[in-house]
Amino acid sequence: MTITYREALRMGLREALARDQRVFLVGEDVGRYGGTYAVSKGLLDEFGPERVRDAPLSELGFVGAGIGAALGGLKPIVEVMTVNFSLLPLDQIVNTAAILRHMSGGQFAVPLVIRMSTGAGRQLAAQHSHSFEGWYAHVPGIKIVAPATIDDAHGMLGAALDDGNPVLVFEYPALFETAGELSSARVDIAHAQVRRQGTRATIVAYGASVPKALAAADQLAAEGINAEVVDLRVLRPLDMDTVLASVRKTRRAVIVDEGWRSGSLSAEIVARIMEQAFYDLDAPVARVCREEVPIPYPRHLEEAALPQPEKIVAAVKGLFQ
Amino acid sequence: MSHVAAPPPSGPVPFARENSLKLLKDMLRIRRMEEKCAELYGAGRIRGFLHLYIGEEAVATGAMHALARGDNVVATYREHGHALLKGVPMDRIMAEMFGKKEGCSRGRGGSMHLFDAAARFYGGNAIVGGGLPLAVGLGLAAKMRGEERLTACFFGEGAMAEGAFHESMNLAALWKLPVAFFCENNLYAMGTAIERSESQTDLCTKAASYGVEAFPVDGMDVVAAYEGAKRARAKALADGPVFVEFRTYRFRAHSMFDPELYRDKAEVEQWKTRGPIHTFTARLKAQGDLTEERFLELDAQVEAEVGRAVAFAEAAGWEPVEDLTRDVYAP
Repeated sequence: MTITYREALRMGLREALARDQRVFLVGEDVGRYGGTYAVSKGLLDEFGPERVRDAPLSELGFVGAGIGAALGGLKPIVEVMTVNFSLLPLDQIVNTAAILRHMSGGQFAVPLVIRMSTGAGRQLAAQHSHSFEGWYAHVPGIKIVAPATIDDAHGMLGAALDDGNPVLVFEYPALFETAGELSSARVDIAHAQVRRQGTRATIVAYGASVPKALAAADQLAAEGINAEVVDLRVLRPLDMDTVLASVRKTRRAVIVDEGWRSGSLSAEIVARIMEQAFYDLDAPVARVCREEVPIPYPRHLEEAALPQPEKIVAAVKGLFQ
Repeated sequence: MSHVAAPPPSGPVPFARENSLKLLKDMLRIRRMEEKCAELYGAGRIRGFLHLYIGEEAVATGAMHALARGDNVVATYREHGHALLKGVPMDRIMAEMFGKKEGCSRGRGGSMHLFDAAARFYGGNAIVGGGLPLAVGLGLAAKMRGEERLTACFFGEGAMAEGAFHESMNLAALWKLPVAFFCENNLYAMGTAIERSESQTDLCTKAASYGVEAFPVDGMDVVAAYEGAKRARAKALADGPVFVEFRTYRFRAHSMFDPELYRDKAEVEQWKTRGPIHTFTARLKAQGDLTEERFLELDAQVEAEVGRAVAFAEAAGWEPVEDLTRDVYAP
C-alpha cells in the first residue's frame, strides 16, 4: 500500500487509540481543527472529544498534565505543535518527565509520548524552523525518535507507547507529502538502520536529512563512490553499534545534522567514533550541519543555511582528498 | 497586604475528643520530626536543602485529615509534613533525609523529593509551580477513568506568579477536574513579600477569575483547615476545581541558609503567638478534652516515634554505586 508520511502518522495514531482505551491525544487544535498539519484529521469523529482533546495555548500546562495523566494510569499522547513551542514546556519535560522514575527510586513510571514537528525548509523563518532534537537527546530519562520513513512514521508511535518511558517523537513536515510503500514489518525504537548499502563512505543522518543523504549517495554512486547511508532513527539512546559497524567497514564518515553544529548531536557522534573507531578511519570525520544563523525567510537563504545533497556530496568527496 | 496575624483561634473545638487528639498528635509528629531534622542538619547527618514547615502544621494536618486514603497529593519542597500525614512512614522519610536506600525515594531525592506510590504521594517538587500541571493530569486521569478520587495540590503563594499556576487553573476549570488547589500563603516567596510579588494580593480574587470557587481559610487553625479542606474536597469531586487560600506563616527561615534579612523579628514573634499547636492545645484544655498529663503522654509517644525513625535511618544502608544508573529508564 502506498501512502504519504502524513497518512502513516495518522494511521499510527488511529491504531494506538483503537488498541488501548487508556490512550488519548491532547494538544492544540488536534480535534476540531484536525491538527495543524492535518495529522489527526478525522480522529475526533472517530474517538470523541474526551480522547481527542483540544487544549488551550498552554504548552507547559498540558504537557505537565500529560505527565500527571501518565502517573494516574493513562497513556497520553501529547502533541506540541512544533519543537519551537516545546521550549515553553521544557521544564516539565526535563525537570519532571525525564527525572521522575529515577528520583522516586523507581516508583513512578511516566509512559508518555510527546509528538512534535521539527525542522526547517518551509520558509517559516526563525521562530518556526528550529531543530532541537539534539538538545533533547542530551537528557537521560527520555527517549528521542526521529521517523524518516513511511514505516517509521506509522510504527514508531506504537513502539513508543509500549516502551514505558517518556518518548519524544519528532515528525518532519518537510517529509509529510512524501509517499512510499507501507510494509507490514514491526518497527522498534532501539536501532539505527542502514538505508543504503555501501562500501567506501558512511553517511549518518536522521529525520529530514535522510532523504537528502540518500540523494547524495545516488549522486556519489554516479561518480563512482559507493556510500552507505545510516538512518539513526533513535537519537537517544544512540545505537552506536550500527554506526560503528558501518564506519569500520567504509573507514570514512560524514554526519549530517539539521541542528546547529556547535554542541550538536553530530558532535556527539563524531566524538564516539573517535573514542571507539579512531584507528579504523582513513580520514577525519566530516560534518554537514545547519549554518549558525537563525533561519531566514527567503528561500535561497534558507536553503543555504541547511544541509543539502550537494553539501553532503562535497563533504564525502572531501574525505578522499 | 497586612502581615499582621489575626487574633488567635479560640472557641470550642467541634470534634469528638479522640479526633481532636489525633489532629493534635499529627501536628506534633510534624513538629518534632522537623525539630529533629534541624538538629541532624546541624550535626551534618542531613545535607542539601532543608525547608522546614514549622508554624504551618495546621494546614497539612487539617487537609490530610479531610482527604481519603485513595486521594492523590502533589506537594512542594516544603513537604515533610504532607508526606508524613498522607501515610509515608516517618522512618522512611527520615532515611530519605539521610540519603539511605531504605528512604521513601531510595535516597535519590532527599528532603525536597519525598515520593510514595502506595500512599499516592507524588512529591516533593522543587520547581516552584512544577506540581500544578501534574495535579491537573492526575485529576484528568481520575475523571477519565471514572474514579472518585481527589487530587490535592499544595503550593505556596509564590507559585501564583508562575505561568504554571494560570495554565493549570485554566485547564482544570475548562475540563472540570476534581482538583483542590491548596495555596499555603505564608506571605513570603523565599524572601520576597507577597506585595512585592503579586499585583493582586487578594489571592482568592485572582483564582476566582478562572471561574472556580475560591475561599480563604485560617491556616493557623487546624479546625478551620480541616473544615475548609473538607468543603473543598466535596465541591471539587462534585463540580470541578476549588482554590483554597490557607493563611499561614513559617516560623523558621526559608531554608537552613537564610539569615532572614527580609522580615522583622517582631512580625515573626507576633505570628508565633498564634502557633497552631499551642493554641489548639489551649482550646482542648479549656473544654476539658485534654490534660497536661495527656499532652505529655502524646508528646512522649511522638518523641519515641521520632527516635525510632532516626534509629532506622542510622541503621539503613547506602545504595551501592553500581546501582547509580538504575531506574533512569524502564527495565
